[in-house]
This record gives sequence, C-alpha cells and structure tokens, in this order.
Amino acid sequence: MNSFYRAHVLVCAGAGCVSSGCKAVEQALWAEVSQQGLDEEVKVIQTGCVGSCDQGPVVVVYPEGTFYRKVRPEDVPEIVEEHLLKGRPVERLLYKDESSELVVSLEDIGFFKRQRKIVLRNCGVINPEDITEYIARDGYEALGRVLTEMAPEDVIDIVKRSGLRGRGGAGFPTGVKWGFTAKATGSPKYVVCNADEGDPGAFMDRSVLEGDPHSVIEAMAIAGYAVGSNQGYIYVRAEYPLAIERLSIAIKQAREYGLLGKNIFSTGFDFDLEIRMGAGAFVCGEETALIASIEGRRGMPHPKPPFPANEGLWGKPTLINNVETYANIPPIILNGPEWFAGIGTEKSKGTKVFALAGKINNTGLVEVPMGTTLREIIYEVGGGIPGGRKFKAAQTGGPSGGCIPAEHLDVPMEYDSLVKLGAMMGSGGLIVMDDHTCMVDMARFFLQFTQDESCGKCTPCREGTKVMLDILTRITEGKGQEGDIELLEDLGKTIKNTALCGLGQTAPNPVLSTIRYFRNEYEAHIRERRCPAGVCQALFKYEIVQDKCRRCGLCQKACPAGAIEESVEELDLIGEEPAMAGAAEAGAGVRAGVATAVATRSKRKPLVINQDKCLKCGVCMRECRFQAIARV
Amino acid sequence: MKSIGELERIRREAMTGIGPRVARTRVTFVVHMGTDGLAAGARDVMMAILDELRRQGLTDCLVTQTDVTGLHAKPPVVDLLIPGHASLTYTRVTPEDARRIVVRHLVAARAAVGQ
Repeated sequence: MNSFYRAHVLVCAGAGCVSSGCKAVEQALWAEVSQQGLDEEVKVIQTGCVGSCDQGPVVVVYPEGTFYRKVRPEDVPEIVEEHLLKGRPVERLLYKDESSELVVSLEDIGFFKRQRKIVLRNCGVINPEDITEYIARDGYEALGRVLTEMAPEDVIDIVKRSGLRGRGGAGFPTGVKWGFTAKATGSPKYVVCNADEGDPGAFMDRSVLEGDPHSVIEAMAIAGYAVGSNQGYIYVRAEYPLAIERLSIAIKQAREYGLLGKNIFSTGFDFDLEIRMGAGAFVCGEETALIASIEGRRGMPHPKPPFPANEGLWGKPTLINNVETYANIPPIILNGPEWFAGIGTEKSKGTKVFALAGKINNTGLVEVPMGTTLREIIYEVGGGIPGGRKFKAAQTGGPSGGCIPAEHLDVPMEYDSLVKLGAMMGSGGLIVMDDHTCMVDMARFFLQFTQDESCGKCTPCREGTKVMLDILTRITEGKGQEGDIELLEDLGKTIKNTALCGLGQTAPNPVLSTIRYFRNEYEAHIRERRCPAGVCQALFKYEIVQDKCRRCGLCQKACPAGAIEESVEELDLIGEEPAMAGAAEAGAGVRAGVATAVATRSKRKPLVINQDKCLKCGVCMRECRFQAIARV
Repeated sequence: MKSIGELERIRREAMTGIGPRVARTRVTFVVHMGTDGLAAGARDVMMAILDELRRQGLTDCLVTQTDVTGLHAKPPVVDLLIPGHASLTYTRVTPEDARRIVVRHLVAARAAVGQ
C-alpha cells in the first residue's frame, strides 16, 4: 500500500528529456536518496512531459513545486543534501526569468503561469506507468459515470454541446462526427485513435501518450460506448517507441483492473484496444490512408464519400479522432459541457496545445485557452525572440498551414481566424521566425517535405508539387524568372482544388501564404537576385573588407574549407588615405578603425576568400573580431 | 472493475500516493532544519510527525522543511500553517511533543480547526 511521503521528486521523462539524459538523473536520485536514508520520506517518480523541453532534464520537487532545470547526475547529491535534507533550494539550478530573478516555484514561472491545462492536466504530475495515479486524479470516473448513468445518445449530446472540435487540424465538430458513426448501419463498428503525428515540430500527441496514456484509453472506451463499438485501434507511428511502450503498459494495466475487456463496471459493455504501428508515412495521418494502413494495405487515401463514419475499417462504420481530441473527453464528461464551452471563443471552445519551436526563448509545449493572441503566446508564454531580434512571422499548422506576419500578431488563435489569414490551426505546431529567416526558403522547405511525402496516387499532388518545388528551388538559386510568382499562385490554387486528399489540398499553403505576405521577398530573389534575409546561398558571397582586415588569420584557422588564402599581389587599400596613414605614423591617439587596422596590420600578405572553395557557412564572419568580413 | 464504489475505493487509497503533488492541504508542518535544528534533533521530530500522520491515516497534510530559524527560537522548531489562520510556532519540540501536536490539531480538534 502507498505510504505517506513528505516529498515527491518528479523527474521529467518525456522523449525530449530522455534524450537529454534524464534516466541517469533519475538513477542518481534513487541512489542518493537511499544513501542519505530518506527512502521512507522521499519518493522519486518518473513523469511525463512538463512542457519546457529546452530546460531538460527537469526535476520538480513537491510539495513546494521547486523547479530545477538542466539537472546533471553530478548535481543530484547537492539537491538531496541541501534541499531534501536541509530544506534549502539549490539556487544555481533554479529557473531565472527575464529579469534574472530566481524563481523558486513552478507556478511562478511565466511559461507555466499563463497556461490552462486540460489536455495536459496530468502530464508532468503523475507517473504514466502507474494506473492508480491516474485513478487518483479522477481517472476512469468519467467512464464509470457514462456506463452507469447515461445512454449513448446522452454522451453524444454532451460532446456536441461542449463545442469540442477535432484537434487533428481540420476542426470538425467532434460530437457531430460521433453522431454520424452512431447512426451508421453496419456491424461491428470501430473506434480509432489517430496518433500518426507527422507535422515537423509538433509533438503534443506524443507527450500525451507518453505522459498520460490512460486519458486516451478512457476516452476511447467512452467513444466506443457512445457509437456502439467494442473494439478500438490506436494507430501510432513507429518513430514513437516510448509512447508505444507506455501505451502498452497502460492497456495492460487497464485490462488487469477490468477497465478494458468484458463487462466493464458490470454494465455488460465490452471494449478492448489494440495498438497498430504506422511505418512513418506522413500521408497515413489522413484518415482514409490510415484505415488502409491498419488493414495492412499500402497507405493511400481514397476519395470521400464514403466517409469512414459509414465505410471505414474493413468497410465498417468507424470513428476516427486525434489524440488531443480524445484527451479532452473525460474532463468534459466530469465537468459538464457548459464548463468546456465557457473556455475559449464563440466558435472554438476549450484549450489548444501548441508546440513552440524555432526562434523563441522557451521552446516546448504550451496549453492555452483558444483565442489567446499570437502575441501573448510568443511574448508572454514563449518569452519572446532570442537576442532581442525582430519577429517576422510564425508558421502555424506545419507543412499544411501558412504564416502569420508581424502585422497580425494580435490575431486570436482559433480555427476560423487563422483560416481567414490563409494559415490554419493544424495540429498546433507553431514555428517562430525572426528577420534572419528567408520566407522563400522556408516555403521551399515545407514543400520539399510534402513533395517527399506525397503518395503519388493523384496527379495534381504528385506532379504539381514537383513543378512548384522546381520553381521554388530555381528562385532560391538565383535563376528565378519574371512570371514565376504568378505561375506558383496558379499551380497552388489548382492543386488545392483538385488534389485527392488533405495532404495535396494543403501542400501549396506555405507557398501561397508567403507570396501573400512576403511577395517583396520573392521579387527581390527574382528581379534583384538578392536574398534579403541572407539565407539563400547562391545569392550572396562573403568577402574580406581589406581596409578593416588586420590579417590576423583567425578566419583562416576557422574556415572548414580552406577557402581563405593569402593573395599573391598586394591589394590597393581603399581606406589608406594620406591623412590616415599620417596619423598612423604619428601614433598619436589612434583609435580602432581603418587607421588602426592599417597601422597594426601584421606583415602578412592580404587575405582573400576563394569563392570556388567557399561553402558560405559564415564561420569566418562569426570569428572575425574586426567586422572585416561582409556578406554581399 | 465491478462498480463505481470499487473505483472510488481505489481512488481514495491512491490519493495518498500523489498527495504532496496536488495541493489540498489542511495543515502544513514546517520543520526548521537549519544546522541548529539538525543538531537539536529536528530530523527525529520530523520522522515522528510523518509516522504519526501515517498512523492516523491523515493524507491531506504536508510536511516541509526550511533552513531559516527565527533569531530567538529554541530549536527544534515546528511551524503549523493552517489555511485561513495565523500560523503557530512550537519551539523545543521533542518527538513525543510532535506526536501530541499532530493529535491535538488534527485528530482531537478536527472540528475546532474550523473555529
């Protein structure tokens, strides 16, 4: 039986923290706690993602909620000795906020303070491999209530009234979808969870499966009861081994406790779950392709209708929802649809989890009410742009979405307002870009991704994205032609209207949206052969500004390609005017600048960059202490 | 899982396991663990509090530590923080005292706490 511990030490064990070495920290904690004889009073627990991925490995000590960041195994003895034994937090491992104030408690950190956790309610709080901890947080109570007190149509009605919309990206009303599947004729029916999270930079589904797998299991059982299904499948991509492992453990424990299987809560309702692994094709996140993949066929979409609700898995009525959608269900049942509908905006209810990535100080997972503005997310939760740089745009919805430029920073983040701007909610990836990002290159990157992932079944997507990608590549190589922009727009619109599935229909979005907001960047590439952000390598070169160069040779040492060579002839130096030279000779009060450079220059020959060898990596520019290297 | 009642029983048992992580505290015991406190036996006092809480089956309490001791306090010192009340400070606490404090505040005077 559980005994009473005075302190709980939680070690984040999401995949992000695992890769930064949390396992070693956890083992060190166990060892140190028992060495200090604290086993009886301190409990070490591995938990899911806390959300602040760039700070990992993260250790949180309760009851105080002390938040330690970037903990290494060698820090552990100090934490145990000072904090757990003597009650003094270890200051050097605490989080510092923007004003360099030490923050002791997790609740006081801006990144956490602004959030409202429904989907991630248990992530970073419970041990995902212990079903009793989930039950302690009111787990499976919603399932119990649904089975013992409600008719299936009541459940669907609650989901409808809550206003929950699909969190996979399209935002279709979840309750309506459940209603379709419930009404469909055919038996057996199936319930499927789409965990084939494929958008680059999105990892909310993974974090839920790793940190709170039971919330998805419980919700699927509820969905099974509501639509009349006894069998569910969770389709997880094989690249998520930790999620699969924790999900398997959770399913096993749920069966042991009789929460999956036969006659659940003695109500005669049977429900069981199986995991199906995806082989890593992006298109398998599209529901009809996902169904084909579960059936063991090649993952390719087919035209809708028929919709999965009528003819899905093995031709039977099938309900498909995304992980985050399911994770909302138990709290909606427990707190009532009005509670959920009271959060968010008129047409987008509840919260949304965003994965912050790119040029932002706090990368990681955040959950905020729908309608929170982009500015709040980036500056208040995300801590702004590193180095005080200027915000340029944010890409929402991954490769299917679009960008939101600085003039729309105050847009409320909800389904419809984003669509109006030519972007979309998508699964919640949010990639922040500063003024060092080239929008043409960014659009090319996403199109490259969708082009690679196109299944090839329909011509618009197979051929159209290829042609668009070729044009974009040409533009970034400085070979753009007049009319390219119009051609891209034309192709993009055609593909959107004619492609078979969501992948093709949204693939042109990044291109169309960057043309819409950053047309001038395309024009600069095409007409002036210039990349304003200095990213497209074919459109700039590094040169040494001879009158600033002191010939110290640092750049030469740093260059990985050996492209910096000594010139055979003495170059004419632009800056060497008689007055300057005179000052240098006099040696009186010489300051930094051209004169100094000339006066203190070593006796070596001038350095020049051999453009044939140069890789344009920019290392020389970073290394130079005299700003003598220019990008032109 | 046969019934809601069975789930509720598991939930109540499991609450002990996650108590310190979810704040629903009736009383917080703060044991002063500075060097003087440790020397005067504060650890034994804390273990006595923990043991007594376990014996009484009280899961809605927290036991934390601090290293700050008031200038004139005689160690070992234990503060009681009761939400909505002024905090209480006990000095020169022995393990036996500690058990008595737990019983007096939480068991015998359960109703009195609210007064």
